[in-house]
Amino acid sequence: MRLAEVGFFLFMVDCILCNNYIFSRFLGNCPFLGVSSKVETSIGMGLAVTFVMGLASAFTWVAYTYLLEPYDLKYLDTIAFIFIIAALVQFVEMFMKKSLPALYNALGIYLPLITTNCAVLGVALLNIKSSYGLIESVLSGVFGALGFLLAIVMMAGVRERLETSDIPKPFRGFSISLVIAGMMAVAFMGFTGLVK
Amino acid sequence: MSKNKLGKVFTNGLFGENPVFRLVLGTCPTIAVTTSAINGVGMGLAATFVLVGSNVVISLLRNFIPNKVRIPAFIVVICTFVTMVQMIMQAFLPSLYESLGIFIPLIVVNCIILARAEAFASKNNVGESAMDGLGMGLGFTLGLLLIGAIREVIGAGTIFDYQVFGAHFQPMLLLILAPGGFIVYGLALGIINGVTEKFSSKKKEAEHEIS
Repeated sequence: MRLAEVGFFLFMVDCILCNNYIFSRFLGNCPFLGVSSKVETSIGMGLAVTFVMGLASAFTWVAYTYLLEPYDLKYLDTIAFIFIIAALVQFVEMFMKKSLPALYNALGIYLPLITTNCAVLGVALLNIKSSYGLIESVLSGVFGALGFLLAIVMMAGVRERLETSDIPKPFRGFSISLVIAGMMAVAFMGFTGLVK
Repeated sequence: MSKNKLGKVFTNGLFGENPVFRLVLGTCPTIAVTTSAINGVGMGLAATFVLVGSNVVISLLRNFIPNKVRIPAFIVVICTFVTMVQMIMQAFLPSLYESLGIFIPLIVVNCIILARAEAFASKNNVGESAMDGLGMGLGFTLGLLLIGAIREVIGAGTIFDYQVFGAHFQPMLLLILAPGGFIVYGLALGIINGVTEKFSSKKKEAEHEIS
């Protein structure tokens, strides 16, 4: 999917709906299942991931194009990317602690865990794999993360209602959440092929 | 006694704290690559190799790594083994490498590996850590094999590419596609929860009767 061919709007639709990070690429499932018990926290998590994914796409693209490729160090991409992401997350954490303490406390342990959110490393690797330019990389990072935000907020909305419903005991928790995610994925399958 | 403990560490990873069904860690590869049994096994074995390698190295270095920088240090060690797996697979198993795709480099951010490094390898000796890595890795492989097998049998009518049902079987394609991963995993998790609960409550009852 090239930005120049499909245009801005269809590129956005493709990233958010057709190739949703949760439902069709299966990246970022840990926070999707872990932080989706309340709508408010899930919005915070989604926005933090959006911020980190946008920045990570830009930084990893620059590092790959200007450092790894010219010096023939392509095999170091995974190590280099994970370091850039870890540093970015640290930065976001310090920023949030200072200016958004309420959100910082709500996100708790999941904030440092963005480092090991596979969607962030995934978007960096996918950008390189699809040989995107800088702008395409950043847009695919931000829109991909908005797709993640959409998925996690939808999930949180359903799970808030689940709390009052009578679910068989062994299926409570992760089990029922996964089945619900499966049903949402069926709905999202309807979007495949929307953008050619 | 130490042999007994090693066995316990091993079976703990395989059953007691199975990463797929008990700890529910590493859900992304569990859902993404289990479209067939062979993909599940390939992914599981790759993760096992990384787990054993990183657990051994981290256990050896546990007295030298300063506490403050331990997470980045662990990630470097894990990354090294992942890059090794990536290169070995690319050279010797190109078709499996192709079908697992981006999920091979993503073993780096698989929570199981960092969790075992932090919770086990940084506190125990080399032998136990290696055994823990092996047990956890094989437990992960077992979980992926189970989900992969269910999805492949129902979704494609084959297992390890052998035809299971006759020619008149109409495979239920949904299970091979994206939603199938979530649904099969969720149901399997619930069923296993239920079975373990029954099993442990019976065990408790039996113990109660004896006492």
